[in-house]
Amino acid sequence: MKNESLKNITSQRLFLPVFCLALVLLVNIVTTPNFFAIEVRDGMLYGYIIDIINRASELVILAVGMTLVVSSSAGTDISVGAIMAVSAAVCCNILTGGERAATVYASPLILGFIAAIIVGILIGCFNGFLVAKLNIQPMVATLIMFTAGRGIAQLITDGQITYVRVDSYRTLGASIPGIPVPTPFIVAVIVVAATALLLKKTALGMYIQSVGINKKSSSLMGIKAIMIIFLTYAYCGFCSGLSGLIASSRIYSADANNIGLNMELDAILAVAIGGNSLGGGKFSIAGSVIGAYTIQALTTTLYAMHVSSDQVPVYKAVVVVIIVALQSPGFARWRKSLAQKKVKEAA
Amino acid sequence: MKSKTKLNQTSFLLLITIVLFFAMYMIGCILFKDQGFAKTQNFLNLFISNAGLIVIGVGMTVVMITGGIDISVGSFVAMGCMMLAWMMEKGGVGAVPAVLIVLATGIVFGLVQGFLVAYMDIQPFIVTLAGMFFARGMTAIISKDMISITNVTFMAWAKAKVYLPFGGRLNKKGVMIYPYIYPTVIIALLILIAVFIMLKYTKFGRSIYAVGGNEQSALMLGLNVRKVKLKAYILDGFLCGVGSILFCLNTLGGFVEQAKGFEMDAIASSVIGGTLLTGGVGNVIGTLFGVLIKATIEAFITFQGTLSSWWTRITIAALLCFFIVLQSVLAMIKKKK
Repeated sequence: MKNESLKNITSQRLFLPVFCLALVLLVNIVTTPNFFAIEVRDGMLYGYIIDIINRASELVILAVGMTLVVSSSAGTDISVGAIMAVSAAVCCNILTGGERAATVYASPLILGFIAAIIVGILIGCFNGFLVAKLNIQPMVATLIMFTAGRGIAQLITDGQITYVRVDSYRTLGASIPGIPVPTPFIVAVIVVAATALLLKKTALGMYIQSVGINKKSSSLMGIKAIMIIFLTYAYCGFCSGLSGLIASSRIYSADANNIGLNMELDAILAVAIGGNSLGGGKFSIAGSVIGAYTIQALTTTLYAMHVSSDQVPVYKAVVVVIIVALQSPGFARWRKSLAQKKVKEAA
Repeated sequence: MKSKTKLNQTSFLLLITIVLFFAMYMIGCILFKDQGFAKTQNFLNLFISNAGLIVIGVGMTVVMITGGIDISVGSFVAMGCMMLAWMMEKGGVGAVPAVLIVLATGIVFGLVQGFLVAYMDIQPFIVTLAGMFFARGMTAIISKDMISITNVTFMAWAKAKVYLPFGGRLNKKGVMIYPYIYPTVIIALLILIAVFIMLKYTKFGRSIYAVGGNEQSALMLGLNVRKVKLKAYILDGFLCGVGSILFCLNTLGGFVEQAKGFEMDAIASSVIGGTLLTGGVGNVIGTLFGVLIKATIEAFITFQGTLSSWWTRITIAALLCFFIVLQSVLAMIKKKK
């Protein structure tokens, strides 16, 4: 019985996000007939669908971190894009040994990766400290890193684009030889699966939700609310650092101004489209992941319809407003009053 | 009875902001004395280059006091500038109608965003995020290439210097040169004063504070919370319209990437000026000083010459950090009492 009602709830929560994604994809059957075609070239899969799956990877990883932050602290981390830039800068700078371009690694690849991810976690901890310990509004607290992040990244790379022209550096953003699926997708799947497993198998997921619903009463119940909030921010920092690496590997360079640009907005949108309340509390990782793919599907769809890249935001904005308005309490109220009217008329 | 002159938390924060600004300016005067940092004109330049930001910061403060936020302002400025440029250069519209159309667009933009926030109960962040995408994309749809403004009337407005009757100094030839400002500064300051009076003394101004302070109790007191919020966003939209015109008078052109990150400048100025993002607390005078502090940092970097531009962002972030932590510590002390 309990299991059944639980299933009911999840199916309802995820209904709208899935519906939206399906709608976006359906449009393509009419406009771009070859949208769903997948072909194999040189042992790699190609096609619009693969493109969506590939390009959405960073966003999916960010959305996972963002979901936890939103849930625990009822606020958003707007510094994720800036963290991506910093972690990319750190990684490339270590790999080139401080030069602006390199064709051989100055340090082992793994060292660059680990340093970049540690920097991401550290920035996440800084955000977490401000939010959890000092009780600062999440958006304001992360505004600091949002403002400083790209400045720091430029400081590290000396204001120039740092290139790592080594083939193996591109593996993370492209593909591993012999595996037909793009690497970013594999990384995203691992992150989502690991996070879901961690939240399901331990009580962490429940703690995060309970802190998000009522911080005070959770503390009284013996949950270390401050620690939970701190951890979600640190984890979000980890996710940002990892996406920064993927984004940097795609262009085999660190571009302090453009890596992760506006990604924080897309990540927050993904969470909202996924049906998660930005007011904290209950969350669904699956919803956010679907939200992330919806955003990327929308972008790719628009490109397939030959909309230029700087005009894409207009259509994105309109679709987002419609999707969010459909899920809003205001719309629900209106629908309810309409239904009541009908009942009255019938009676 | 409590003495009325006792500083409360908000005016304490405001005081710190003002003191910090003057302290920074003094340091600048001492460090860059030879390059003319102390000139009256240099002080006025802080206002001249930031007239648009002052107006938009004021709008942002009003929205933030209601507990909301508007991150669409930067994109709106780009769209406003592009509309002005396109209408005057390609569309053959006169300067006055063009300005009026941009103001009307601002009001409509505010109305739509306000409706979605107040009546549809969607988070302000998401609504204005969509607004941000929309305005930036619209700019690209109007024109992908940069348009420079050559309209005679508009140029005359932009170049009209207003000389101050005091503070002049003799130049090398012995001619008295008076410092000047542009009309944009006068408009910005007039708007600042008008909004200050509105927030402090009118019913609407006070209901904005009431809604931001505690929405539930405002509702119980019989305030129409939704209407107040809607009005605040309309005012904000109008001020965005004005701000983008002032911005355009300074840059004289429109292009897609214009005013990127402007929204964060406006938010940072408000926060440095003592406005709380939780709502209910804030002051437009503080916002003015927030803008001036940002302008002073930029002036520092220009005068210093060797520092790279990214130091502006890092310094502003450090200041933000300082103010935010200070606010939270003050709040904690207050709670303990």
